[in-house]
Amino acid sequence: MYSQKVLKIFKKPKNMGKIKDADAVGEVGNLNCGDVMKIYLKVEKNKIKDVKVETFGCIAAIVTSSLLTEMAKGKTLDEAYKITNKDISEGLELPNIKLHCSVLAASALRKAIDDYRKKFKV
Amino acid sequence: MKRIYMDNGATTKVAPEVAKVMKKYFSDSYGNSSSLHKLGRDANKKIEEARKIIADSINAEPNEIIFTSGGTESNNLTLKGIAFANEKGSHIIVTKVEHDCVLNSAKWLEKQGYKITYLNVDTDGFVNEKDLEKSINEKTILVSIIHGNNEVGTIQNLEKLGKICRKRNVLFHTDACQSYTKTEIDVKKQNLDLVTLNSHKIHGPKGVGALFIRKGINITPWQHGGGHEFNLRSGTLNVPGIIGFSEAVKIANKKDIEHMIKLREKIIEGVFDKISDVKLNGSKKERLCNNINFTFFGIEGEGIVGYLDEKGICASTGSACSSNSLEPSHVLQAIGFERKDCNSSLRLTLSRYNTEKEVDYLLKVLPEIIEKLRRFTPYKNV
Repeated sequence: MYSQKVLKIFKKPKNMGKIKDADAVGEVGNLNCGDVMKIYLKVEKNKIKDVKVETFGCIAAIVTSSLLTEMAKGKTLDEAYKITNKDISEGLELPNIKLHCSVLAASALRKAIDDYRKKFKV
Repeated sequence: MKRIYMDNGATTKVAPEVAKVMKKYFSDSYGNSSSLHKLGRDANKKIEEARKIIADSINAEPNEIIFTSGGTESNNLTLKGIAFANEKGSHIIVTKVEHDCVLNSAKWLEKQGYKITYLNVDTDGFVNEKDLEKSINEKTILVSIIHGNNEVGTIQNLEKLGKICRKRNVLFHTDACQSYTKTEIDVKKQNLDLVTLNSHKIHGPKGVGALFIRKGINITPWQHGGGHEFNLRSGTLNVPGIIGFSEAVKIANKKDIEHMIKLREKIIEGVFDKISDVKLNGSKKERLCNNINFTFFGIEGEGIVGYLDEKGICASTGSACSSNSLEPSHVLQAIGFERKDCNSSLRLTLSRYNTEKEVDYLLKVLPEIIEKLRRFTPYKNV
């Protein structure tokens, strides 16, 4: 069902967990629909200095949330906001029914950035 | 890496003894069992021996057994064949915890105008006898209840349920794919009219199954052709498969059952000892000897299966047939799980080949995996 690439990332997902003193948080999904992702951001000079994610979900959800954190780290908030689900799922060969996981990851990040902008009015 | 196989509810390894017996019938004794010549006669003789072995194993007569391609076909034939053959009525009763091939056959019949009752089960997965009795009406033609549940392992009391059906003059069918050779099936004692059996869950080859049809029952075939299998299932018989199937029935024994129960209890005890927020699904007592189904709250079963796989252990979240669907298990929903907890299950299904050492290894790696996944779940208060 999953490609070798997906399984390789799944083996050692990056940046999993929470940031205790996060500047912003974004959560998407709900338990009743299946997957939940919660993104924590640490921002410095408009750049994402640190990012972590908590994921309740399938292998694809864990893998796409890990990939997303790696893509977002170091980017400016504007750049990170532009990360799409296609950017995340590219090359992963996810089964069609699992593509929504990459959508979930991208929207969790946007929600966290929205939260940051609202809080700090930037 | 040596693989540890704990997904025997999905399929089993073909026993070496079985494979050995089958081999001859591919390229040496390859006759069509319907042919007149020696090769045909040889094949036919073996088929009839196999039919007797399988009939004996469930206290039936050989001419009450037809061979099919497996559980799915036997269940389809039962539901559709009985529905089409019975003019007296148009109502069929199944449970909410049937295998997909029964449920989807029932749904298809519903579209053709039949009335279907989907019986509830209790939190252990048992059908209530009074519920069954109440749901039978003058139009009911068939009751189909799974024997050993493929996901949560609960074994129904066929004898009691069968009595009710007999009393009300309604045909009683059970899908015994998971329970066959693991717990008693006696078509006379349990008042069974039709029983689905298959080979690949009992160390036989895939693609073979059987259906017991009590003598005198009217059933409409849906595979027409040369009139094989008493005119009920046309098509050249899968000679090596059927011979392998009967060999698998022959090697099944009580000692294996005791062995599996011992390992099963060790796993259950070990998991409760080492892991918190866990529930054993299905009945604790009336349970398939090889089935364990846990819910680990707050994390998804797919992640557990993924990390177990990485450690060399093959397991599943539930039914192998549903892993391509996002819909949470209908069985867990039926036994009362909230939707949010329906994806948190792990099914371990054992066989005669599992060892104590393998169980020790499982009990070492599983707590670590659960802890790892729980470390990064957003749901701490499970």
